[in-house]
Amino acid sequence: MALDTVAIASTTPDQVQPFAELGLKSDEYQRIHEILGRRPSSSELAMYSVMWSEHCSYKSSKVHLRQFGEKAPKSDALLVGIGENAGVVDVGQGYAVTFKIESHNHPSFIEPNQGAATGIGGIVRDILTMGARPIAVMDPLRFGPADAPDTRRVLPGVIAGIGGYGNCLGLPNIGGEIVFDQTYAGNPLVNALCVGVMRHEQIKLAKASGPGNLVVLFGAKTGGDGIGGVSVLASETFGSSGPAKRPSVQVGDPFTEKVLIECSLEIFAEDLVIGIQDLGGAGLSCATSELASGGSGGMEVELDKVPLRDPSLSPEEILMSESQERMCAIVEPSKIARFLEICEKWDVTVTVIGKVTNGERLIITWHGEVIVDVPPRTVAHDGPVYNRPMTKPAYLDQLNAKTLDLPMPKNSSEIKAAILKLMSSANMADKSWVTSQYDKYVQGNTIQSQPQDSGMVRIDENSNLGVAISTDANASWSYLNPYEGAKLALAEAARNIATAGAKPLAVTNCLNFGSPEDPEVMWQFAETVRGLADGCLEMGLPVTGGNVSFYNQTGDVAILPTPIIGVLGVIQDVRTRTPMAFDRPGLELYLLGETRADLAGSQWAYLHGERGGQAPLANLKNEMSLIDLLLESQSIFEAAHDLSQGGLIATLTEMVLEHSVGASINLDGDLAIALLSETPGRVVVAVRKEDARVLSDTAFKHNIAVTRIGETGGESLSINDVVLDLTELRTTFTQTFPKLFG
Amino acid sequence: MKVGVVTFPGSLDDQDAARAVRFAGAKPVSLWHRDSDLHGVDAVILPGGFSYGDYLRCGAISRFAPVMTSIIEQAKSGLPVLGICNGFQILCESHLLPGALTRNQGLHFLCGPQKIRIENTTSAWTSNFVQGQEIVIPLKNGEGSFQCDDSTLAQLEGEGRVIARYLGENPNGSRNFIAGITNAKGNVVGIMPHPEHAIDSLTGPTTDGLAFFTSVLTTLVGK
Repeated sequence: MALDTVAIASTTPDQVQPFAELGLKSDEYQRIHEILGRRPSSSELAMYSVMWSEHCSYKSSKVHLRQFGEKAPKSDALLVGIGENAGVVDVGQGYAVTFKIESHNHPSFIEPNQGAATGIGGIVRDILTMGARPIAVMDPLRFGPADAPDTRRVLPGVIAGIGGYGNCLGLPNIGGEIVFDQTYAGNPLVNALCVGVMRHEQIKLAKASGPGNLVVLFGAKTGGDGIGGVSVLASETFGSSGPAKRPSVQVGDPFTEKVLIECSLEIFAEDLVIGIQDLGGAGLSCATSELASGGSGGMEVELDKVPLRDPSLSPEEILMSESQERMCAIVEPSKIARFLEICEKWDVTVTVIGKVTNGERLIITWHGEVIVDVPPRTVAHDGPVYNRPMTKPAYLDQLNAKTLDLPMPKNSSEIKAAILKLMSSANMADKSWVTSQYDKYVQGNTIQSQPQDSGMVRIDENSNLGVAISTDANASWSYLNPYEGAKLALAEAARNIATAGAKPLAVTNCLNFGSPEDPEVMWQFAETVRGLADGCLEMGLPVTGGNVSFYNQTGDVAILPTPIIGVLGVIQDVRTRTPMAFDRPGLELYLLGETRADLAGSQWAYLHGERGGQAPLANLKNEMSLIDLLLESQSIFEAAHDLSQGGLIATLTEMVLEHSVGASINLDGDLAIALLSETPGRVVVAVRKEDARVLSDTAFKHNIAVTRIGETGGESLSINDVVLDLTELRTTFTQTFPKLFG
Repeated sequence: MKVGVVTFPGSLDDQDAARAVRFAGAKPVSLWHRDSDLHGVDAVILPGGFSYGDYLRCGAISRFAPVMTSIIEQAKSGLPVLGICNGFQILCESHLLPGALTRNQGLHFLCGPQKIRIENTTSAWTSNFVQGQEIVIPLKNGEGSFQCDDSTLAQLEGEGRVIARYLGENPNGSRNFIAGITNAKGNVVGIMPHPEHAIDSLTGPTTDGLAFFTSVLTTLVGK
């Protein structure tokens, strides 16, 4: 395999290069020529192609994502905003918290276990890279129909991957979601969220400054995994002396990552790095170009120094390899001895691969020959930007105009049957078959985890300061109205935080969509971003970062637009948090918020194959009042539980089953609507009789409707004349997952 | 009173074990796997986790760590040692305890509150319990099914060395529902569920686990 150097590239301008196979358009390839003033060497081509990919460059989404900055609300909480590995938020007492969601959708379809595992691994390194100790993970998931044969391949693998990797890292898994829908059949969504905590002064950034400082690669050795596309370079252009095709799914080793985390934290604690970047998507191409452009620009790297698992790798492959569990640090020469010592303590492989220079170019050599000589910014940040065409989907007006014709239960036996049918459906049923495979106890700081409304972890054992996180999306609403859908998901996540007694503070997101080259998908995306940015501005919550995953489609069928919104909140004393369920009889139950006939996009509609109608409109002013009410009255709540998918009946079912304490409920009006409607902005709370007056006064003050719906106690959930024995309800609710996947 | 908590590469519950020692009123001392010096501790805890990645077999590499050479030696002369989960696996691999922990019957990692019954209150780590006491502490493991041959089982049962048994459905297929055992002297105890995660009702299902850590202090004082 002949080495293609910069010198050769300068003298062979007409050499044909496989840019199209690497995913570059001809005008993009042309732009590389203009930047370099010559054709790129094959290593440069590899770097540009992967860094200018949709995944790394956000070329289709950038023009829209700008709104998160333009419409950003004023916030004192934001310490590090969009653009770094993850945003950082001030939570008080000198603590900073960083959190982010990323997708690992496509790899998880091909190889569910490793795809999901490395999704966890990647997001954990993003958090670590900011200087933080990772303290918890969550995972919003979407799959095809629960009873489809392929879901039985994908789901157990994904769960085992998340559990296998996360459990082995010692990170409690504190929440997430699982939703099934036909459109995810060929495109499951595996999103992973990680949250980490550090002191303010420990925040680290990806920058390579200070000429003479060393570029240090540490962690796992580089192998041939995750190179995917670049194998074109190796096999088609340069002959075939090495292994021809490489696996495109990365393989993770959580033990290596656990050791890397502890090693890195010890290095950070001694303040031994100037800048740091993890190696994730695009591997060394990304780490070196981002570090260099984060500093003054100059960097020299001797690529042949990179320790390899597979000695046959070509330089192009080394640059592209997405081998897991690697980090790249910028270290002052005076501190390198101690740095190496700590790596030795943890048995972590470490190599000095280059240095920061006072030039402006990233120069990479291979056994002394220059194979890359580029302005790093052009690789990392100056990728193409597309203003892709958008069209409002043809389906929408017709769908929105549709009058829903759903079979609604009328008498008590029909209502009982409807409840059992709904609560045994895969989307609504108990998920403990899944969550029991995750460690929620490790680190000893988990205050709340699934099935609570939000995950909550304590970050200071003395002051009891804590953070709560919730991730939410209602893709059925986004499908009917992506602008409102994004706002509604934001509102739901914020409400879930406040329901537990934490104050919403900041937002992250993972926007999962079909192909951006389809103008209708692009419109869904643009409307979603506009809705989220407007919603965040109105609610005063800054977006700290996020991730876009496009091309989630099978043939012409895109997934439902699925913007997963994560909201982080802070709680001053975790001991005061409100649990989702009551554990004793004699409490009064109140419904906060108004119920309308909102069945479009509901689970009841989904069960009947009905996608049409109008999504509810988000009333964020009302949502903020509800949040204020929840926070102000927190001390009188014995329990509080949000209403979302499945409506009031889902909320009540989950509340009575948690501690096996029943409830007697009396509802006025149309009982089916009262139980099945999914009107947003509602919460059920349990209070002592003597506190009822305070609750109604406070609700009145915040202009939130409050309705007494019943009281706790008994062996059943009885609603008017419908009686559901708790044992029967529990069996219905819990048997679905073991039956499908056990 | 000083209780050592060993950190192997891949240990996960070492901080939790140290916290439990503090809650019990003793001083936790961090012990590093490469250091054979036990720093004069009065007892040792091998915490849960995936030491050395659990490569080869759970606990199979850890038993050769320098710190284990000292622990094995001193355990034989009476040093109280508690192995939790991965620590239990290490004790079996070290032959301080008989038997082996194998893959859960259901083949899944399982995490949740688990009811167990304390069967032996004479060991160094269970003396503060009441015989037959039923407690709830978290169970979380993928390889927690206790297995041994018939004669070992008969010996363990005959000598009253089963210290705790699972109640309700057998969660992992352990022989005779065994959740924990002790050696003949009663100073070395291995337990699969996690008492260190049940010392504070804010973060655990109960505070039932704390008695494991206060027991060893009672034992040491009584010596």
